[in-house]
Amino acid sequence: MTALPDNIQMDTPPAREQKPAVRMVGIVKRFPGVLANDQVDLEIRAGEVHALLGENGAGKSTLMSVLSGLYFPDAGQVYIHGRPVTIHSPRDAIQLGIGMVHQHFMLVPVMTVAENVVLGLDQPRFYLDLSKTERQLTELANRYGLRVDPQAYIWQLSVGEQQRVEILKMLYRGAEILILDEPTAVLTPQEVDDLFSTLRRMAGEGQAIIIISHKLDEVEAIADRVTVLRKGRKVATVNRAQVGKAELARMMVGREVLFDIQKEPLQAGEVILETTDLHALGNKGLPALRGVSLQVQAGEIVGIAGVAGNGQRELAETLTGLRPCKSGQIHVAGQETTNCTPRQAIERGVGHVPEDRLGTGLVPNLSIADNLILKAYRTEALAQGPFLNPQAVRAFARDLVTRFEVSTPTLETPVKALSGGNLQRVLLAREISSRPAVMVAVHPTRGLDIGATEAVHRLLLELRHQGTGILLISEDLDELLVLSDRVMVLYEGQVMGEVLPEEVDVEEIGLMMAGTMGHQRMTPE
Amino acid sequence: MTTRANFWQTTRNILSLPLDIVRGRAVVRIERRLTTPRWMTYVVPVISIIVALLLGAILLAAAGVNPLEAYNTVLTGAFTSLDGLAGTAVKSIPLILCGLGVALAFRTLLWNIGAEGQLFMGAFAAAGVALYVIPDAPPFLLIPAVLLAGALAGALWGFIPGALKGLLGVNEIITSLMLNYVAILWVDYLIYGPWRDPQGYGFPGTAPFEAVRFPRLPGTRVHLGLLIGILAAVLIAFALQRTRWGYETRVIGENQQAARYAGMSLVKNILLVMFLSGGLAGLAGASELCGLTNPRLQIGLSPGYGYTAIIVAWLARLNPYAIVLVSFLFAGLLVGGDSLQMAMNLPRATVYILQGIVLFAVLGGELFVRYRVRIARQEE
Repeated sequence: MTALPDNIQMDTPPAREQKPAVRMVGIVKRFPGVLANDQVDLEIRAGEVHALLGENGAGKSTLMSVLSGLYFPDAGQVYIHGRPVTIHSPRDAIQLGIGMVHQHFMLVPVMTVAENVVLGLDQPRFYLDLSKTERQLTELANRYGLRVDPQAYIWQLSVGEQQRVEILKMLYRGAEILILDEPTAVLTPQEVDDLFSTLRRMAGEGQAIIIISHKLDEVEAIADRVTVLRKGRKVATVNRAQVGKAELARMMVGREVLFDIQKEPLQAGEVILETTDLHALGNKGLPALRGVSLQVQAGEIVGIAGVAGNGQRELAETLTGLRPCKSGQIHVAGQETTNCTPRQAIERGVGHVPEDRLGTGLVPNLSIADNLILKAYRTEALAQGPFLNPQAVRAFARDLVTRFEVSTPTLETPVKALSGGNLQRVLLAREISSRPAVMVAVHPTRGLDIGATEAVHRLLLELRHQGTGILLISEDLDELLVLSDRVMVLYEGQVMGEVLPEEVDVEEIGLMMAGTMGHQRMTPE
Repeated sequence: MTTRANFWQTTRNILSLPLDIVRGRAVVRIERRLTTPRWMTYVVPVISIIVALLLGAILLAAAGVNPLEAYNTVLTGAFTSLDGLAGTAVKSIPLILCGLGVALAFRTLLWNIGAEGQLFMGAFAAAGVALYVIPDAPPFLLIPAVLLAGALAGALWGFIPGALKGLLGVNEIITSLMLNYVAILWVDYLIYGPWRDPQGYGFPGTAPFEAVRFPRLPGTRVHLGLLIGILAAVLIAFALQRTRWGYETRVIGENQQAARYAGMSLVKNILLVMFLSGGLAGLAGASELCGLTNPRLQIGLSPGYGYTAIIVAWLARLNPYAIVLVSFLFAGLLVGGDSLQMAMNLPRATVYILQGIVLFAVLGGELFVRYRVRIARQEE
C-alpha cells in the first residue's frame, strides 16, 4: 500500500450517537482467479455524498453489488443503521432501504414512467390504477427537484431524464441509501449539473448517497468524503475538502513494482502502424474515438493507458477490422487498412489479443488444436485445397503447445477447460506464431496471477525483440510502465498526452487518465 | 452431522420444500450451467425417450389401450418381420436426408424449418424433369438428372430464406416455414391441375414415369435411396471434420464472435449452408419419387418428413451418424403406427402424437443439459 504524505488528514469519525447509515466491515469477495474485494471496510453517513473512487478492477462495483444484494460476500459483515444484516438479494436490500441505480438502466421503453416505477411491486395488485402512483411520483419529484412527467413513455425521455426515473424508482420504494454506478457516464455536462443539484437536495433530506466513479473532476465537485480503492483493497477514506485532485490521483493509481523484467534497449525500425485523426462511433452511436493519431514503430511497445470505457476497445477494434471508422486513416506497413475486414487485417499482418478471451478470441467448446489453427487454417501448410490436413494440424498444434508451454492433458481438450493463464498462452501462441507485423494486445494480463502475468510479459518482450510493433492497451499502469517504450493516455476517445516511462510522474498520468490534458503533449512526427 | 442424520435432513428439506416456497423461505432458481458433464450428453436423450414413452403410455391408457401391448405392436410391426424392417428402412431414407440437411443448418444456428417445403420442391423438379424435360432419356441418364434437379430445386428453395437472413437479417424460421406452405400448395396445384394424369383413376397425381424407378435390394422394397442417404451422412461427417469449410462451420456454430474475429464471413456461410441444407431435403424429395414402385408425383408424398427430421436431428444431437440411427428408429415408429392402426384400431395420428411427445421430452431434456436447478434456503 502507498504511504500517504503527512499533510493528508485521515478522516476519523468523531464520536456520535447517530450510527452511520452503512457500515461494511472486512468484506471479502472472490471470483475464480481474482480477489475482487480484500478485507474492505466502508462507512457511509446519512446526509452525505460519498464517492467510491478507483480504477477499473479496483473493486468498487463489486463492493456495491454486495451492498445492493447482487453478490453475497465470502466474508465480512454489513451494518445498516448499526444493525447487523444479511442481504441475500436485491429484494432484501430494498427492504433495508438500499437502492442502486445501475450504469445500464433497467427500464422498459414502451411503458410510462409510472408503469416502470411500479414494475415488480406488490401494489397495485390486480386492478391497475396508476393515478395514485402518479400523484405520489409527482410529490417525490417535487420534493427532490427531479423534473419528470409520470405519464411520459420512457422512449420519449432523454438519458438524463431516464436516470431520474431510475432514481425515482428507488425513492418510491423507500430507499434511504442510494448507490449510483458511474452516473455521469452518459450525461451531458448540463445534465450532470442537474444531477448534482438533485443529489445535494437529497443529501440535505437525510439520504446517504454513494457514487461510484473514476472521474476525479466530478468526485471533486459533488463528494463530501471519498474512499479510494485499489486492486481490491481500500487505500483510504478522506474528506474531499482536505485533499486535492493530485493526491486522489496518486492514491487511485499508486506505484508498486511487482517484478523485475530485463528490457532491452529500444531498437526501433520503420513506422509499422499509424493512425491519423481517427474517429469512430461506439456501440451506442456516441463518438468513442475523437481524433486519435498515433504511431508505432517496428520493435517498439506503445502503451495505451486509461480507465476502461474511454475508447480503448473501439481503438483495438478499428485497427483489427472489427469496427468501421467514421473518418481518419489507418496504415499498416505503409498500406492503408482503414475500414478493412477482419480477414484483410489478418492478412496484412495485424495480430490481435482481444480483451474477451473466451468470448472473442477463442472458441470455448472446440479443442486446443482447433483453436490454435483459428487463423492459420487457410494457409498452405495446414490445408491442401479445401481439405484440412489433420496430421499437419496436430503437428502445428503440438509445436505451439511445447514452445509456449501450454499446460494441457491433450491437444483435444476443449479450450474452456484451461486455466486463465493457459488460455492466454494459447491465444498468444496463435497470434505470435503468425509473425505479425503489428500486435494489438488488449488487457493481456487481466485476471491472471503473477506467474502467468510474467510469462505474458516475457512473450511480449520477445515479440518486441523480433521486430513486431506492439500496441499494448492495459488498465494496469505498472505493466504499461514496465513494458512500454512510450505510454499514451486515452480519455474519452482522445489522446491526452504521451510520457516516457523513465521520466514518468505518476501523478501526471493519473491526472491524464482522469481527464486533464498533460502539458507534455507530444505530437507525432 | 452423521451420514444418516444428513440423509433425513435432506429428505425433510425436500419434503418441506413446497411449503417453504409458499412461505417465501426458499427460492428455486434456475441458473445457466457453466459446464455440462460429459455423461449428460448421452444419458439425457435416453432419459427423454423414456419420459416420452411414459407420457405416451398415460395417453394410450386414457384412450383405453394397454400401453405395453401398444408398444409391443409397434416394435414387432416395425422390426421383427422382414417386411417390417424393409418398410422401416425405406421410411428412414427421407428422414436421414432431411435430418442431415436440417442438422447442417442447426449446427450453424440457422433454424431451417423449411425442409418439408424443400422436399416438395425437390419432388416437383424431379417430376418435371422426368415428365417434361427429358422424358425419353435412358435411366442411367435420367436418374442422375432427376436427382440433381431435385437437389438443386431444394437448394434454391432453401437459399431464399438464407439470402433473406444473410443479406437482410430476416428471421429464417418464419421465412422457411412459410415457404413450406407455398411449396406444398404449389405441388397440390400441379397434381390437381395442369399435371394431372388424365388416366389416373381419380387418385390425384401425375402420369407415372417408370424410368426413374430406383434399383432395389432384391426381394424387398429397400431402394437405392438408402445408399444415397448413408453416403450423404458419411460425406457430411467427413466434410465437417476434414475440410476447411467444415472447420468454419464448427467455429461459426460455436462462437460467431470468434468466427468474425478470425476473419470468417458469416454471410457467405449462411448462404452456403442454407443452400446445402435445402439441397439435401430436395434430394430427399427426388429420392422419394424414385423409390416408389410406380413413380409419380402424387398426394401423400410426405407425411411430414421435413418436420419429423427436426426432431430426429435434435435427438441425434446433430451428429451425422447418429442421425442415421435415429432416423431408423423414428421410421420404425411410423411403420409401427401402421401396425397400431391395423391391429389395435387406433387412429394413425397416435404415432404423430408420440412423436410430438418425444420432441417435447427432448427439448425438456435440453433444459437440464443447459441449466441447473438451485434451491436457495433462507437461514433464519
